[in-house]
Amino acid sequence: MTMTPTAPPQQPPPPEPIPPIKIKGQRSIAWTRRKLALKRFWAVYRRNAMGMAGLIILVIIVVLALIAPLIVDPTDLDPALAQGIPFSPPSTEHFLGTDNFGRDVFAMVIFGARISLLVGLAATLVTMVIGAGVGIYGGYYGGRIDSVLNAFTNWFLVIPWIALAIVLTSLLGPSLFNIIMVIGITSWAGTARLVRAQALSVRERPYVERSNALGASNWHMITRHILPNVFPVIFANTVLTVALSILSETTLALLGLGDPNSISWGTIINESFEAGALSAGYWWWLIPPGIAIVLVTLSFTMCGFALDEVMNPRLRKR
Amino acid sequence: MSVLEVKDLSVTYKTMAGDVPAVRGVDLRIDKGEVLGLAGESGCGKSTIAGALLRLHPSGTKIEGTAMLDGEDVLTMSPGRLRAVRWFGASIVFQGAMHAMNPVKRIGEQLAEPIIVHKQADEKQAKVRVGALLEQVGLPARRMEDYPHELSGGQKQRVMIAMALACGPSLVIADEPTTALDVMVQAQVLKLLKELQNDLGLAMLFITHDLSVLVEVSDRLAIMYAGKIIEEGPATSVFEDPQHPYTKALAAAFPAIGDERFRRAPSGLGGDPPDPMAIPSGCSFHPRCPSAFDDCSSVNPPLFVAGEGRRAACLLVEGAHAGAKETTA
Amino acid sequence: MGSRRYLLRKIVQAIGTLVFVLTFNFFLFRVMPSDPVQLLARSQRLSRADVAELQSNLGLDKPMIEQYVVYMGNTVTGEFGVGLQSAVPVTELIGSRLWPTILLVGTATFFSTAFGILIGIKGGWRRGSTFDTSSLMGSLVLYSMPEGWLGMILLIVFAGTLGWFPAGGYSSGGDLTGFAHITDVLNHLFLPMLTLTLGYIGEYAIFMRSSLLEVKEEDFILTARAKGLRDKSVRRYHAVPNALLPTFTLVFYSLGFVLGGSIIVETVYSWPGLGQLTYQAIQELDYPLIQGIFLLFSSAVIFFNLLADLLYGHIDPRIREA
Repeated sequence: MTMTPTAPPQQPPPPEPIPPIKIKGQRSIAWTRRKLALKRFWAVYRRNAMGMAGLIILVIIVVLALIAPLIVDPTDLDPALAQGIPFSPPSTEHFLGTDNFGRDVFAMVIFGARISLLVGLAATLVTMVIGAGVGIYGGYYGGRIDSVLNAFTNWFLVIPWIALAIVLTSLLGPSLFNIIMVIGITSWAGTARLVRAQALSVRERPYVERSNALGASNWHMITRHILPNVFPVIFANTVLTVALSILSETTLALLGLGDPNSISWGTIINESFEAGALSAGYWWWLIPPGIAIVLVTLSFTMCGFALDEVMNPRLRKR
Repeated sequence: MSVLEVKDLSVTYKTMAGDVPAVRGVDLRIDKGEVLGLAGESGCGKSTIAGALLRLHPSGTKIEGTAMLDGEDVLTMSPGRLRAVRWFGASIVFQGAMHAMNPVKRIGEQLAEPIIVHKQADEKQAKVRVGALLEQVGLPARRMEDYPHELSGGQKQRVMIAMALACGPSLVIADEPTTALDVMVQAQVLKLLKELQNDLGLAMLFITHDLSVLVEVSDRLAIMYAGKIIEEGPATSVFEDPQHPYTKALAAAFPAIGDERFRRAPSGLGGDPPDPMAIPSGCSFHPRCPSAFDDCSSVNPPLFVAGEGRRAACLLVEGAHAGAKETTA
Repeated sequence: MGSRRYLLRKIVQAIGTLVFVLTFNFFLFRVMPSDPVQLLARSQRLSRADVAELQSNLGLDKPMIEQYVVYMGNTVTGEFGVGLQSAVPVTELIGSRLWPTILLVGTATFFSTAFGILIGIKGGWRRGSTFDTSSLMGSLVLYSMPEGWLGMILLIVFAGTLGWFPAGGYSSGGDLTGFAHITDVLNHLFLPMLTLTLGYIGEYAIFMRSSLLEVKEEDFILTARAKGLRDKSVRRYHAVPNALLPTFTLVFYSLGFVLGGSIIVETVYSWPGLGQLTYQAIQELDYPLIQGIFLLFSSAVIFFNLLADLLYGHIDPRIREA
């Protein structure tokens, strides 16, 4: 038997579905709050003269480092291919003169920015990861773990970084990777101590206790409560650490422990020193890389100090 | 002769965000042996007055008006004269429980310091005097060898009181002296203050937000709101029969157990005190006032006579006591 | 009573750190890919037989634990081995270089601390003044300078171009005695000392300034002013003593850095101290010597930190009684 297919009885078309209101939940609220906090932070930071000056210099240097291949021909840096007459003072052809191989010093200083910044930032990353890791772990878990980690931190704090760095680098060999690791290993303790103190104080706060009582997992507590509150403190510390890492790389390079295969400002100065620039008076080879180091370190330091003032209201000008 | 006579005192802080008028035209008068209580919520400007009387605010703060202390205007004194008058003409009892004392010096040294600085005695004599001062506030003289961290909150406050009395001032300004203390200790310290004031015949300006404390200690009361005095008069009558709506609310917020008036739950006052940089037009209290009417938002009432020796800055008061002559200056 | 416990705890901690350092030192050289003899072999091209002989001489063929015990024993008796290049005992090598470094680092620390603190106080008390802004900038610039490079600049300018000071070394040789000798040494000392001083003065000035700024906000400063004290007296008797406390610890903790800085400064100026010795040891990969210097360095810093903790416990009344 067949049924004549009939259209279903005409019903009024269903009303347009109301587009669901996007209730993204807790996360989006938190992010909106953070964006607002960032805006407020920037408004205050912008008024800090030292911070702005530092930031501007920093941006210029970073940009120069990034576009280095565009300004300077990398082949100029190869000792075998160098064009210039060795040891010549500044001229129109070579603004900053040449080194012992006839390489253009200006080119080397521009390119040196890359390695110096790279090492500074990478070493800081290592320092922060180890330091913050140890600090948060010990500060949060407390008890035995904390005692052990704290003792460990104190030991590393006491050992003079340069002595340890010398020992490690001379044993492991001065490759770029080793230098980054060595600086990281010798610098993490200061950060760890700072982070631990902050983690301890955050842990005591009522909302953390509440979260714990509600059964939050350790991971949740650490990532949602401890980390965000520890972050501002370590941020200023991180910036200052970059400055110190760059200086550390320079110090190691001056001691002859720099990576002989890469050009950093420290290695340029070291080479000039070893080649007798002091007595021969090759000031154009010696001075510019040093000035570059001072500028970069200074800008990071100024930013770090400004950050400290911005985040620590007691130091602010009324 | 009054010990303190303040006329039209205004204090404006200079901050990065702009000028902050913390005190806007205040008149005060304290006679010898009299205690004037100054009450108000945080931020109304009462502590600012204390600092202004000894010119302790950061340079750049604009202070206008006159403040006659023992007949001399503090606000126009030379720096040298000012230093001589500080502590000797008027002293301040700070909140001792906080860090009002140098943590690395013995309290005996700190007590002797103003005595020696004002050349009232040499070191030896000063030491004797320090011992006497400590005993006067109920502490054994040997405590002068202690450091501040070795004292309890109440003991530190007693030391602050002793310190304020060190140079024999005419006026003692007590700035929230009991606020940070436990209730029991508060009572002890208050009792001590009352006794000393009585025995030594001191003029005192007692500043606090706690009205119930003031009633016990003061002869006269002045209530501050948003940088101005909005009511003043004899202490008990202001407390028991407040004329200004704000005073009424303030008095109602401090219930006394057993007092019939507080049978019902203590009432609070909604809202917050105004931001000094955004003071409401007309009467500064009108946004929070339960009895506000139309004129309140446009007319800024001066202090009207509100009874025998009483004044209040409210249009309702003007109406109620219209025609009454002011009987006290 | 309490302070004695504090003392004891700090001493025990220091000894613990020292033991850790010694152990670390021991294992570092043994855990590395090659043992000391192989490292030496690399740099000196020894034959297999020589290597084997040296290894057994140095006891490297014995089990690790036994080596460790021997090592610790040697440390206690002061046996640190012999320099690879010179065959002179490490202790002797170090001993002969000790005094010049003490002289250099001692004077530099003294001047940098004294002037740094004074500058920090003056700047911090009058924040925003011309002195403050300029001294802060100056301090920041000096802080950002590598000491070695600064040394080179000063050398070129003052010894090279201007010729005011000798270009390096400890003394002019010859037979100068007594006063003439002292002046001669001081003449040679000046530039390296100036370099080290400038290298660290910035840090102390900045820190003291911050410390003073924080103390200025404290209530007891207001009390002091209210008592009728002159501004100078408030600064001198109330602000500075409190601000000095954390600076005091900083100075001691920084000694390790100053010692580190002396390595390159001595090298630049050919100043015959431990720093220059270290530089040479690195160049020659003289591991026993490096080890010995590392130990000395670490021990010195541990000792100074301990000294700082003990002294601090004495000067801060809040800790004294605790």
